[in-house]
Amino acid sequence: MISMYLQGDSWAHRLPAGLKLLAVALGSLILFHVSSVWIFTGCLVAVVALYATLGREGLAQLRLLRGIVFFVVALLAIHWLSGSLDEGVVVAMRLVVMVLAANFVTITTRLDDMLDAVLPLFAPLKLFGVSPRTPALGVTLVLRFAPHLMLVFSRLREAWQARTARRSSWRLLAPFAIQSLRMSDNVAEALKARGGSAGLSSSP
Amino acid sequence: MTDRSLVHIAFYAALMAALGFMPPVVMPLAGGVPITAQTLGVMLAGVMLGPVRGALAILLFLFLVALGAPFLAGGRGGLGVFQTPSVGFLIGWPVGAFVAGWVMRLTGGMAILPASALAAFVGGILAVYAFGIPGISIMAGLPLVKAAYASVVYIPGDLIKVAITALIAQTVARGLPGALLSRS
Repeated sequence: MISMYLQGDSWAHRLPAGLKLLAVALGSLILFHVSSVWIFTGCLVAVVALYATLGREGLAQLRLLRGIVFFVVALLAIHWLSGSLDEGVVVAMRLVVMVLAANFVTITTRLDDMLDAVLPLFAPLKLFGVSPRTPALGVTLVLRFAPHLMLVFSRLREAWQARTARRSSWRLLAPFAIQSLRMSDNVAEALKARGGSAGLSSSP
Repeated sequence: MTDRSLVHIAFYAALMAALGFMPPVVMPLAGGVPITAQTLGVMLAGVMLGPVRGALAILLFLFLVALGAPFLAGGRGGLGVFQTPSVGFLIGWPVGAFVAGWVMRLTGGMAILPASALAAFVGGILAVYAFGIPGISIMAGLPLVKAAYASVVYIPGDLIKVAITALIAQTVARGLPGALLSRS
């Protein structure tokens, strides 16, 4: 399954998903009201240490920060230009710490476990006459549809390349929309024929 | 909710994911918030599905991202993205889809092409930025004006997406009218 999950059996992998989610939620609430550089330095060391406990592969996951490097640099530059560099440093450190902490939960929790941990939150759906398992079925459908949509598009693009010697065109959008929408209609029919969402088990 | 609706919602959520695999263009100017094809998915979900199902499609997509699927442009995902300055835009997406679908309803008498362009503009740009700009401002500790100034670079790309949305809606209305659920 497509996921950011890192295979492993560390202490962090064994913690229940719900506990980890709760910890990261509380952590971000608290850190939002902290503005001391020293506290953030401590947090940064602590969170990097968390990754280190996963071994070398864990530390390699710090590369997830690449996505926000631009932002951190731009942020510091803007704050520096407006003469509030101190505030900029705090904001940047808070950002790095919170992103690292949240990603730590993501890489140590299987997508299925995460889903199981949050599904009880959907119990109130019953009040609206919707099966609480509907979100799980939705997740499963998306995970199956996404690669299929890419397949439909790449087939159209190959046909287009063969005919025109050009790589891609906006002209492919219309046949892509029609073909893939028709596919989703077929899936809806098939789902109905098998008893609908109420008749399916929730395991993806 | 019928099974048919669920499949449609999942379809547009998956479309968002597929759009995320198109390479993003990162603009250092607006604090690294990348230009992506994904707002196209937001506009399409609202215009095609109508307000409620459109918003649910985007929420389902964000749910998967939060669970750890790397479906945001550039292979980003997980809980970390909800801590970055882009979070305002992520919150604005389902609202934008809702607004786009709602405008589609309100303009029921108008031809598909102008109606869907208007809906995509109001929902996919105005509504999304109404959340995205305060998001940058809060998360980056910048004044609103500066955050807004940094976001302007995305507008031209978004206008292209509005045009594409209108073209697709028009095509689908002709080729597969039943799929334009906001009008049926």
